[in-house]
Amino acid sequence: MAEEVLVFGAWGSPFSRRVEMALKLKGIEYKYIEEDLTNKSPSLLKYNPVHKKIPVLVHNGMPVAESLVILEYIDETWKDHPILPKDPYERANARFWAKFIDEKCLSAIFKACWGEEYEHEKAEIEHEKAVKEVSELLQLLENELKEKRYFGGETVGLLDIAANTIGYWLGVFEEASGVELLTREKFPKLCNWANEFVCVTAIKENLPPRDKLIAYLRNRFGAGNASK
Amino acid sequence: MAEDSVKLLGYWVSPYSLKVKWALKLKGIQYQYVEEDLKNKSPMLLQYNPVYKKIPVLVHDDKPLAESLIILEYIDEVWKQNPLLPIDPYERAKARFWAKFADDKCVPALVAAFSKKGEEQERAVKEARENLKILESGLEGKRFFGGETIGFVDIAAGWIGCWAQMTGEIIGIKLIDAETMPLLDSWFQDFLEIPLIKECMPPQDELLEHCKELHTKF
Repeated sequence: MAEEVLVFGAWGSPFSRRVEMALKLKGIEYKYIEEDLTNKSPSLLKYNPVHKKIPVLVHNGMPVAESLVILEYIDETWKDHPILPKDPYERANARFWAKFIDEKCLSAIFKACWGEEYEHEKAEIEHEKAVKEVSELLQLLENELKEKRYFGGETVGLLDIAANTIGYWLGVFEEASGVELLTREKFPKLCNWANEFVCVTAIKENLPPRDKLIAYLRNRFGAGNASK
Repeated sequence: MAEDSVKLLGYWVSPYSLKVKWALKLKGIQYQYVEEDLKNKSPMLLQYNPVYKKIPVLVHDDKPLAESLIILEYIDEVWKQNPLLPIDPYERAKARFWAKFADDKCVPALVAAFSKKGEEQERAVKEARENLKILESGLEGKRFFGGETIGFVDIAAGWIGCWAQMTGEIIGIKLIDAETMPLLDSWFQDFLEIPLIKECMPPQDELLEHCKELHTKF
Protein backbone atom coordinates (compact mmCIF):
# COMPACT_ATOMS: atom_id res chain seq x y z
CA MET A 1 0.00 0.00 0.00
CA ALA A 2 1.37 3.42 -0.87
CA GLU A 3 2.20 5.28 2.29
CA GLU A 4 0.40 8.55 2.92
CA VAL A 5 1.69 10.94 5.54
CA LEU A 6 -0.04 14.25 6.18
CA VAL A 7 1.02 16.97 8.59
CA PHE A 8 -1.44 19.65 9.65
CA GLY A 9 0.47 22.61 10.99
CA ALA A 10 0.94 26.35 11.23
CA TRP A 11 3.99 28.06 9.75
CA GLY A 12 5.03 29.82 12.94
CA SER A 13 4.34 27.00 15.39
CA PRO A 14 7.35 25.27 16.96
CA PHE A 15 5.08 22.32 17.68
CA SER A 16 4.15 21.48 14.11
CA ARG A 17 7.73 22.28 13.01
CA ARG A 18 8.91 19.59 15.44
CA VAL A 19 6.92 17.00 13.55
CA GLU A 20 8.33 18.15 10.22
CA MET A 21 11.88 18.13 11.64
CA ALA A 22 11.52 14.53 12.77
CA LEU A 23 10.07 13.39 9.45
CA LYS A 24 12.80 15.22 7.57
CA LEU A 25 15.53 13.68 9.74
CA LYS A 26 14.21 10.25 8.88
CA GLY A 27 13.74 11.04 5.21
CA ILE A 28 9.98 10.47 5.26
CA GLU A 29 7.95 12.08 2.48
CA TYR A 30 4.86 13.90 3.64
CA LYS A 31 2.24 16.36 2.52
CA TYR A 32 2.01 19.53 4.56
CA ILE A 33 -1.27 21.32 5.12
CA GLU A 34 -1.13 24.87 6.45
CA GLU A 35 -4.00 25.59 8.83
CA ASP A 36 -5.51 28.99 9.37
CA LEU A 37 -5.98 28.80 13.13
CA THR A 38 -8.65 31.49 13.04
CA ASN A 39 -10.64 29.38 10.60
CA LYS A 40 -9.88 25.72 11.24
CA SER A 41 -10.54 23.30 8.44
CA PRO A 42 -13.15 20.53 8.68
CA SER A 43 -10.28 18.05 8.21
CA LEU A 44 -8.44 19.33 11.28
CA LEU A 45 -11.60 19.19 13.35
CA LYS A 46 -12.22 15.65 12.11
CA TYR A 47 -8.68 14.46 12.82
CA ASN A 48 -8.33 16.16 16.20
CA PRO A 49 -11.82 16.48 17.62
CA VAL A 50 -10.57 16.47 21.22
CA HIS A 51 -8.21 19.45 21.12
CA LYS A 52 -8.89 20.92 17.66
CA LYS A 53 -5.23 21.91 17.48
CA ILE A 54 -2.20 21.50 15.31
CA PRO A 55 -0.02 19.58 14.85
CA VAL A 56 -1.77 16.46 13.69
CA LEU A 57 0.05 13.70 11.85
CA VAL A 58 -2.17 11.50 9.69
CA HIS A 59 -0.55 8.24 8.65
CA ASN A 60 -2.55 6.21 6.15
CA GLY A 61 -5.71 7.89 7.38
CA MET A 62 -4.96 7.42 11.09
CA PRO A 63 -4.51 10.63 13.07
CA VAL A 64 -2.04 11.24 15.89
CA ALA A 65 -2.14 14.45 17.94
CA GLU A 66 0.10 16.17 20.54
CA SER A 67 3.61 16.91 19.28
CA LEU A 68 5.60 14.78 21.75
CA VAL A 69 3.21 11.84 21.24
CA ILE A 70 3.69 12.29 17.48
CA LEU A 71 7.49 12.31 17.82
CA GLU A 72 7.39 8.98 19.68
CA TYR A 73 5.02 7.55 17.06
CA ILE A 74 7.36 8.66 14.27
CA ASP A 75 10.33 7.05 16.01
CA GLU A 76 8.49 3.78 16.54
CA THR A 77 7.11 3.61 13.00
CA TRP A 78 10.19 4.60 10.99
CA LYS A 79 13.25 3.01 12.53
CA ASP A 80 16.00 4.79 10.53
CA HIS A 81 17.84 7.60 12.29
CA PRO A 82 16.37 6.90 15.75
CA ILE A 83 15.65 10.00 17.80
CA LEU A 84 15.39 8.26 21.14
CA PRO A 85 18.32 6.36 22.68
CA LYS A 86 18.06 2.61 23.32
CA ASP A 87 18.75 2.72 27.04
CA PRO A 88 15.51 3.05 29.07
CA TYR A 89 17.03 5.45 31.60
CA GLU A 90 18.30 7.78 28.90
CA ARG A 91 14.93 7.59 27.16
CA ALA A 92 13.20 8.56 30.40
CA ASN A 93 15.66 11.42 30.79
CA ALA A 94 14.95 12.75 27.29
CA ARG A 95 11.20 12.56 27.92
CA PHE A 96 11.60 14.30 31.27
CA TRP A 97 13.41 17.29 29.81
CA ALA A 98 11.09 17.50 26.80
CA LYS A 99 8.12 17.69 29.20
CA PHE A 100 10.00 20.23 31.31
CA ILE A 101 10.54 22.46 28.29
CA ASP A 102 6.88 22.31 27.30
CA GLU A 103 5.40 22.72 30.76
CA LYS A 104 7.79 25.20 32.32
CA CYS A 105 9.90 27.07 29.79
CA LEU A 106 7.56 28.39 27.15
CA SER A 107 5.12 30.12 29.47
CA ALA A 108 7.97 31.56 31.55
CA ILE A 109 9.69 32.89 28.42
CA PHE A 110 6.49 34.40 27.19
CA LYS A 111 5.84 36.07 30.52
CA ALA A 112 9.33 37.59 30.55
CA CYS A 113 8.95 38.91 27.02
CA TRP A 114 5.35 40.03 26.95
CA GLY A 115 4.09 39.45 30.48
CA GLU A 116 1.03 40.81 32.12
CA GLU A 117 0.37 44.49 32.42
CA TYR A 118 1.38 45.84 35.79
CA GLU A 119 1.28 49.29 37.33
CA HIS A 120 4.51 51.12 36.70
CA GLU A 121 6.14 50.58 40.09
CA LYS A 122 5.35 46.87 40.05
CA ALA A 123 6.26 46.36 36.40
CA GLU A 124 10.00 46.53 36.91
CA ILE A 125 9.99 44.08 39.82
CA GLU A 126 7.64 41.63 38.12
CA HIS A 127 9.68 41.76 34.95
CA GLU A 128 12.88 41.06 36.86
CA LYS A 129 11.23 38.13 38.57
CA ALA A 130 10.08 36.72 35.24
CA VAL A 131 13.55 37.10 33.73
CA LYS A 132 15.10 35.44 36.78
CA GLU A 133 12.72 32.52 36.46
CA VAL A 134 13.66 31.98 32.82
CA SER A 135 17.32 32.19 33.81
CA GLU A 136 16.87 29.43 36.37
CA LEU A 137 15.09 27.22 33.86
CA LEU A 138 17.73 27.79 31.19
CA GLN A 139 20.45 27.00 33.74
CA LEU A 140 18.90 23.58 34.27
CA LEU A 141 19.04 22.94 30.53
CA GLU A 142 22.60 24.27 30.35
CA ASN A 143 23.56 21.78 33.08
CA GLU A 144 21.76 18.96 31.32
CA LEU A 145 23.62 19.58 28.06
CA LYS A 146 27.01 19.09 29.77
CA GLU A 147 29.74 18.62 27.16
CA LYS A 148 27.49 17.07 24.54
CA ARG A 149 27.20 18.49 21.07
CA TYR A 150 23.47 17.87 21.05
CA PHE A 151 21.10 16.81 23.82
CA GLY A 152 20.88 13.54 21.89
CA GLY A 153 24.67 13.11 21.94
CA GLU A 154 26.48 13.06 18.62
CA THR A 155 23.28 13.41 16.61
CA VAL A 156 20.06 15.34 17.01
CA GLY A 157 17.47 13.50 19.09
CA LEU A 158 13.96 13.89 20.44
CA LEU A 159 15.04 16.32 23.13
CA ASP A 160 16.85 18.56 20.64
CA ILE A 161 13.75 18.63 18.50
CA ALA A 162 11.54 19.35 21.52
CA ALA A 163 13.98 22.09 22.48
CA ASN A 164 13.42 23.85 19.16
CA THR A 165 11.55 26.44 21.19
CA ILE A 166 14.82 27.21 22.95
CA GLY A 167 17.07 26.71 19.95
CA TYR A 168 15.29 29.08 17.60
CA TRP A 169 12.01 30.52 18.82
CA LEU A 170 13.55 31.93 22.00
CA GLY A 171 15.99 34.04 19.95
CA VAL A 172 13.12 35.31 17.85
CA PHE A 173 11.05 36.17 20.95
CA GLU A 174 14.05 38.04 22.32
CA GLU A 175 14.48 40.09 19.18
CA ALA A 176 10.76 40.78 18.82
CA SER A 177 10.35 41.91 22.43
CA GLY A 178 13.77 43.39 23.10
CA VAL A 179 14.20 41.21 26.20
CA GLU A 180 17.55 39.43 26.58
CA LEU A 181 17.33 35.96 28.04
CA LEU A 182 19.73 33.47 26.44
CA THR A 183 23.01 35.33 26.91
CA ARG A 184 26.33 33.86 25.90
CA GLU A 185 28.03 34.79 29.15
CA LYS A 186 25.52 32.92 31.27
CA PHE A 187 24.69 30.06 28.92
CA PRO A 188 27.70 29.33 26.69
CA LYS A 189 26.83 25.68 26.15
CA LEU A 190 23.20 26.33 25.34
CA CYS A 191 24.19 29.09 22.91
CA ASN A 192 26.67 26.80 21.18
CA TRP A 193 24.05 24.10 21.01
CA ALA A 194 21.49 26.51 19.52
CA ASN A 195 23.98 27.53 16.82
CA GLU A 196 24.71 23.91 15.95
CA PHE A 197 21.05 22.98 16.09
CA VAL A 198 19.85 25.49 13.54
CA CYS A 199 22.60 24.40 11.14
CA VAL A 200 21.40 20.81 10.90
CA THR A 201 19.80 20.45 7.46
CA ALA A 202 16.57 18.82 8.63
CA ILE A 203 16.17 21.59 11.19
CA LYS A 204 17.29 24.54 9.05
CA GLU A 205 14.84 23.68 6.30
CA ASN A 206 12.01 23.74 8.82
CA LEU A 207 12.48 27.06 10.55
CA PRO A 208 9.95 29.80 9.85
CA PRO A 209 11.48 32.97 8.35
CA ARG A 210 12.81 35.14 11.16
CA ASP A 211 11.52 38.51 9.97
CA LYS A 212 8.08 37.18 9.25
CA LEU A 213 7.89 35.62 12.71
CA ILE A 214 9.12 38.79 14.43
CA ALA A 215 6.54 40.87 12.59
CA TYR A 216 3.81 38.41 13.50
CA LEU A 217 4.80 38.37 17.19
CA ARG A 218 5.01 42.15 17.47
CA ASN A 219 1.69 42.50 15.75
CA ARG A 220 0.01 39.93 17.96
CA PHE A 221 1.58 40.65 21.34
CA GLY A 222 2.88 44.19 21.15
CA ALA A 223 6.29 45.74 21.51
CA GLY A 224 7.41 43.65 24.46
CA ASN A 225 8.72 44.11 27.98
CA ALA A 226 12.21 45.45 27.38
CA SER A 227 13.04 48.23 29.85
CA LYS A 228 12.40 51.47 28.14
CA MET B 1 15.81 -8.61 41.52
CA ALA B 2 16.97 -7.47 44.97
CA GLU B 3 14.41 -5.29 46.69
CA ASP B 4 16.87 -2.57 47.56
CA SER B 5 17.68 -1.88 43.92
CA VAL B 6 14.20 -0.37 43.45
CA LYS B 7 12.93 2.36 45.73
CA LEU B 8 9.73 4.40 45.47
CA LEU B 9 9.38 7.73 47.24
CA GLY B 10 5.69 8.46 47.62
CA TYR B 11 2.90 9.91 49.69
CA TRP B 12 0.03 7.74 50.90
CA VAL B 13 -2.69 10.08 49.65
CA SER B 14 -1.14 10.82 46.26
CA PRO B 15 -2.68 9.12 43.23
CA TYR B 16 0.57 9.80 41.39
CA SER B 17 2.64 7.53 43.60
CA LEU B 18 -0.30 5.11 43.62
CA LYS B 19 -0.01 4.71 39.83
CA VAL B 20 3.62 3.68 40.20
CA LYS B 21 2.75 1.21 42.99
CA TRP B 22 0.14 -0.36 40.71
CA ALA B 23 2.63 -0.72 37.85
CA LEU B 24 5.26 -2.28 40.10
CA LYS B 25 2.70 -4.66 41.59
CA LEU B 26 1.32 -5.63 38.20
CA LYS B 27 4.80 -6.64 37.09
CA GLY B 28 5.68 -8.33 40.37
CA ILE B 29 8.62 -6.03 41.11
CA GLN B 30 9.95 -5.97 44.65
CA TYR B 31 10.70 -2.50 45.93
CA GLN B 32 11.31 -0.46 49.02
CA TYR B 33 8.65 2.15 49.70
CA VAL B 34 9.58 5.43 51.39
CA GLU B 35 6.76 7.59 52.71
CA GLU B 36 7.55 11.29 52.32
CA ASP B 37 6.25 14.02 54.59
CA LEU B 38 5.44 16.67 52.01
CA LYS B 39 5.51 19.43 54.62
CA ASN B 40 9.04 18.41 55.48
CA LYS B 41 10.64 16.95 52.38
CA SER B 42 13.58 14.65 52.95
CA PRO B 43 17.09 15.53 51.72
CA MET B 44 16.84 12.33 49.68
CA LEU B 45 13.77 13.59 47.79
CA LEU B 46 15.35 16.98 47.15
CA GLN B 47 18.50 15.26 45.92
CA TYR B 48 16.63 12.84 43.66
CA ASN B 49 14.16 15.36 42.22
CA PRO B 50 15.85 18.74 42.36
CA VAL B 51 13.82 20.14 39.47
CA TYR B 52 10.31 19.64 40.86
CA LYS B 53 10.99 18.42 44.44
CA LYS B 54 7.89 16.21 44.15
CA ILE B 55 6.86 12.62 44.57
CA PRO B 56 6.70 10.08 43.07
CA VAL B 57 10.35 9.36 42.47
CA LEU B 58 11.44 5.90 41.41
CA VAL B 59 15.05 5.09 42.15
CA HIS B 60 16.45 2.12 40.24
CA ASP B 61 20.05 1.12 40.93
CA ASP B 62 20.60 4.58 42.42
CA LYS B 63 19.30 6.33 39.31
CA PRO B 64 16.29 8.55 40.01
CA LEU B 65 13.28 9.06 37.78
CA ALA B 66 10.50 11.60 38.22
CA GLU B 67 7.08 12.34 36.67
CA SER B 68 4.60 9.49 37.01
CA LEU B 69 3.86 8.83 33.32
CA ILE B 70 7.55 8.84 32.49
CA ILE B 71 8.15 6.43 35.36
CA LEU B 72 5.41 4.13 34.02
CA GLU B 73 7.05 4.06 30.57
CA TYR B 74 10.42 3.31 32.16
CA ILE B 75 9.00 0.47 34.22
CA ASP B 76 7.36 -0.94 31.09
CA GLU B 77 10.63 -0.81 29.14
CA VAL B 78 12.80 -2.38 31.83
CA TRP B 79 10.45 -5.12 33.05
CA LYS B 80 8.77 -6.73 30.06
CA GLN B 81 6.26 -9.01 31.81
CA ASN B 82 2.60 -7.90 31.86
CA PRO B 83 3.17 -5.05 29.39
CA LEU B 84 1.38 -1.77 30.00
CA LEU B 85 1.66 -0.32 26.52
CA PRO B 86 0.47 -2.26 23.45
CA ILE B 87 2.91 -3.29 20.72
CA ASP B 88 1.39 -1.40 17.80
CA PRO B 89 2.77 2.17 17.44
CA TYR B 90 -0.65 3.65 16.66
CA GLU B 91 -2.23 2.01 19.70
CA ARG B 92 0.71 3.22 21.79
CA ALA B 93 0.18 6.76 20.52
CA LYS B 94 -3.49 6.56 21.47
CA ALA B 95 -2.58 5.32 24.95
CA ARG B 96 -0.09 8.15 25.48
CA PHE B 97 -2.64 10.62 24.17
CA TRP B 98 -5.36 9.56 26.59
CA ALA B 99 -3.05 9.32 29.60
CA LYS B 100 -1.92 12.89 28.85
CA PHE B 101 -5.50 14.04 28.33
CA ALA B 102 -6.55 12.65 31.71
CA ASP B 103 -3.65 14.42 33.46
CA ASP B 104 -3.85 17.71 31.56
CA LYS B 105 -7.61 18.12 31.23
CA CYS B 106 -9.56 15.95 33.67
CA VAL B 107 -7.40 16.37 36.76
CA PRO B 108 -7.12 20.19 36.87
CA ALA B 109 -10.89 20.49 36.40
CA LEU B 110 -11.45 18.06 39.29
CA VAL B 111 -9.02 19.94 41.48
CA ALA B 112 -10.77 23.22 40.67
CA ALA B 113 -14.18 21.68 41.39
CA PHE B 114 -12.81 20.62 44.75
CA SER B 115 -11.10 23.85 45.72
CA LYS B 116 -13.20 26.65 44.22
CA LYS B 117 -16.53 28.10 45.20
CA GLY B 118 -19.53 29.70 43.53
CA GLU B 119 -19.38 30.43 39.81
CA GLU B 120 -15.78 29.25 39.48
CA GLN B 121 -16.77 25.92 40.96
CA GLU B 122 -19.77 25.66 38.64
CA ARG B 123 -17.54 26.22 35.64
CA ALA B 124 -15.02 23.68 36.93
CA VAL B 125 -17.74 21.07 37.48
CA LYS B 126 -19.03 21.61 33.96
CA GLU B 127 -15.53 21.32 32.53
CA ALA B 128 -14.77 18.20 34.60
CA ARG B 129 -17.91 16.49 33.36
CA GLU B 130 -17.22 17.45 29.73
CA ASN B 131 -13.66 16.21 29.89
CA LEU B 132 -14.67 12.98 31.61
CA LYS B 133 -17.17 12.45 28.83
CA ILE B 134 -14.42 12.94 26.27
CA LEU B 135 -12.21 10.49 28.20
CA GLU B 136 -15.03 7.99 27.94
CA SER B 137 -14.81 8.17 24.14
CA GLY B 138 -11.23 6.96 24.42
CA LEU B 139 -12.48 3.67 25.82
CA GLU B 140 -13.96 2.94 22.38
CA GLY B 141 -16.54 0.70 24.00
CA LYS B 142 -13.92 -1.59 25.56
CA ARG B 143 -14.03 -2.81 29.11
CA PHE B 144 -10.64 -1.31 29.91
CA PHE B 145 -8.45 1.06 27.90
CA GLY B 146 -6.04 -1.88 27.66
CA GLY B 147 -8.79 -4.12 26.21
CA GLU B 148 -9.79 -7.16 28.25
CA THR B 149 -7.00 -6.51 30.75
CA ILE B 150 -5.70 -3.27 32.22
CA GLY B 151 -2.95 -1.31 30.50
CA PHE B 152 -1.18 2.02 30.50
CA VAL B 153 -4.18 4.35 30.49
CA ASP B 154 -6.04 2.31 33.09
CA ILE B 155 -3.10 2.57 35.48
CA ALA B 156 -2.54 6.24 34.57
CA ALA B 157 -6.15 7.37 34.92
CA GLY B 158 -8.13 4.69 36.76
CA TRP B 159 -7.68 6.46 40.09
CA ILE B 160 -9.77 9.37 38.86
CA GLY B 161 -13.00 7.45 39.42
CA CYS B 162 -12.43 7.11 43.15
CA TRP B 163 -11.21 10.70 43.59
CA ALA B 164 -14.04 12.12 41.48
CA GLN B 165 -16.57 10.22 43.55
CA MET B 166 -15.01 11.44 46.79
CA THR B 167 -14.91 15.02 45.50
CA GLY B 168 -18.55 14.75 44.50
CA GLU B 169 -19.46 13.61 48.00
CA ILE B 170 -17.52 16.40 49.66
CA ILE B 171 -18.74 19.27 47.47
CA GLY B 172 -22.24 17.85 47.19
CA ILE B 173 -22.24 17.79 43.38
CA LYS B 174 -22.08 14.56 41.40
CA LEU B 175 -19.22 14.49 38.92
CA ILE B 176 -19.53 11.03 37.45
CA ASP B 177 -22.97 10.30 36.23
CA ALA B 178 -23.84 6.67 35.49
CA GLU B 179 -26.58 7.94 33.17
CA THR B 180 -24.57 10.32 31.03
CA MET B 181 -21.28 8.39 31.28
CA PRO B 182 -22.28 4.73 31.60
CA LEU B 183 -19.12 3.30 30.05
CA LEU B 184 -16.80 5.48 32.11
CA ASP B 185 -18.73 4.68 35.25
CA SER B 186 -18.48 0.91 34.70
CA TRP B 187 -14.83 1.25 33.74
CA PHE B 188 -14.01 2.98 37.03
CA GLN B 189 -15.94 0.36 38.99
CA ASP B 190 -14.38 -2.60 37.17
CA PHE B 191 -10.93 -1.10 37.58
CA LEU B 192 -11.25 -0.52 41.30
CA GLU B 193 -12.50 -4.09 41.77
CA ILE B 194 -9.31 -5.63 40.45
CA PRO B 195 -7.53 -7.24 43.45
CA LEU B 196 -4.08 -5.77 42.88
CA ILE B 197 -5.61 -2.35 42.36
CA LYS B 198 -7.73 -2.58 45.48
CA GLU B 199 -4.83 -3.86 47.59
CA CYS B 200 -2.65 -0.83 46.89
CA MET B 201 -5.37 1.77 47.54
CA PRO B 202 -5.05 3.81 50.71
CA PRO B 203 -7.75 2.96 53.28
CA GLN B 204 -10.93 4.58 51.96
CA ASP B 205 -12.16 6.03 55.23
CA GLU B 206 -8.78 7.60 56.02
CA LEU B 207 -8.55 8.96 52.49
CA LEU B 208 -12.00 10.51 52.76
CA GLU B 209 -11.18 12.06 56.14
CA HIS B 210 -7.98 13.50 54.76
CA CYS B 211 -9.76 15.01 51.76
CA LYS B 212 -12.58 16.41 53.89
CA GLU B 213 -10.03 18.10 56.10
CA LEU B 214 -8.18 19.45 53.08
CA HIS B 215 -11.44 20.85 51.78
CA THR B 216 -12.05 22.92 54.90
CA LYS B 217 -8.88 24.82 54.13
CA PHE B 218 -10.36 26.27 50.91
